[in-house]
Amino acid sequence: MAPESVSEVVSVLGEHGDRAKLLAGATDLLVQLREGLREADVVVDIKKIDEVTSYKYCEEDGLSLGAAVTCCEVYEHPLLSRLYGALADSTQIIGGWQIQSRASVGGNLCNASPAADAVPSLIALNATAVIAGPNGEHTLAVQDFCTGPGKNALESGELLVSIQVPAQCDNCGSAYERFIPRNEMDIAVVGVGSWVKLAEDGTIADARIALGAVAATPLFAEEASASLIGKQPSEELFAAAGELAKQIATPLSDKRGTKEFRTHLVGVLVKRTLTVAVERAQNK
Amino acid sequence: MPATKKVHVTTTINGEEIDFLCEPRHSLLEVLRDNLGLTGSKEGCNNGNCGACTVLLNGRPVDSCLVLGVEVEGAEIETVEGIACSSSLHPVQECFLEGAALQCGICTPGFLVAAKALLDKDPHASEETIRFNLAGNLCRCTGYDKIVRAVQAAGQRMSADA
Repeated sequence: MAPESVSEVVSVLGEHGDRAKLLAGATDLLVQLREGLREADVVVDIKKIDEVTSYKYCEEDGLSLGAAVTCCEVYEHPLLSRLYGALADSTQIIGGWQIQSRASVGGNLCNASPAADAVPSLIALNATAVIAGPNGEHTLAVQDFCTGPGKNALESGELLVSIQVPAQCDNCGSAYERFIPRNEMDIAVVGVGSWVKLAEDGTIADARIALGAVAATPLFAEEASASLIGKQPSEELFAAAGELAKQIATPLSDKRGTKEFRTHLVGVLVKRTLTVAVERAQNK
Repeated sequence: MPATKKVHVTTTINGEEIDFLCEPRHSLLEVLRDNLGLTGSKEGCNNGNCGACTVLLNGRPVDSCLVLGVEVEGAEIETVEGIACSSSLHPVQECFLEGAALQCGICTPGFLVAAKALLDKDPHASEETIRFNLAGNLCRCTGYDKIVRAVQAAGQRMSADA
């Protein structure tokens, strides 16, 4: 079924509970249903709902990104990809072109993979999830949205409507990078998103670093981020922030990489993404 | 499993308005191949990895195995069958043939659709851009080099013809 309003979706979810599954880009859901990883009595296509499929940007409030807006729509948009560099970086490497045409940023978040490429970027950009449910709408910081591998903070009967990303000033910049052993089409061994805001004297006024694939959920690296504030950007400073970020990483060893390698990658990618984020902030 | 009521869908495929009935669970790929006899799109992995089922949905390449038939109501679809214009092959098809950019051929329809979509946007796409944009199409025979060269040649031919 394909309802045309959020309230209709909420009532379908109320009626069918967890037996109803929401369909946006379908690139995770259909695969999971076919493989028996999830079951559903009802599949609800949410792409007939304007506020879920549209986005708007304004200088005061920033970006309101409907939950079903696709990866392609984000990175093909010249203004959005310039303002939200980390999100553009992420959306360009989720799957291949065919997947990016359909897969949504909101779906990447709801799917709650620890290795999801869009989530560290959203956390670094200090994004907020707008959630609708039987008791109306409420918001939740994206950094608190994922609660475990494949698990999110949505209660029964709730859906993600949109993602709010704060406005970006001219001296803000962000970047996302992941390590994969192939060139494309792979799942992050580690992914890091970084955001910085520069002061007029070139020092870092504010910063946020987020890590993917090194814990059960994507992580906000609070201490590493705070260590940058008030300092002049430098390789040494970024390396030190990388060391702090490594302390909160608790990766598993699996076929994609050992925990020692993943921890090492955190340091490397924190340095690289901070370097790019600062360059972007300086050249905006 | 209870019988599901079929849904009536109207869509445009290769420029022609088409009606079909499908169950809500059926993928666009199943509809194309089994209901409509458009067997050019191939089923490879059926989970969005291989790109053999690539079609254009409202101008964007998608894996038709990951689209439900019921989702394409009112949409514009272009399949590999729509690439050639009447009796003559499209440059991308000619260049695949001339460059021997296929062996078993199962991946070829998907490559043709994705490559044409890329060249329509950017006929001068670099090797790197071609490899990046065709990363969602897997080929287990050729090693890709001949495919990439055929796409480059097709781009040149398309801009010369334009």
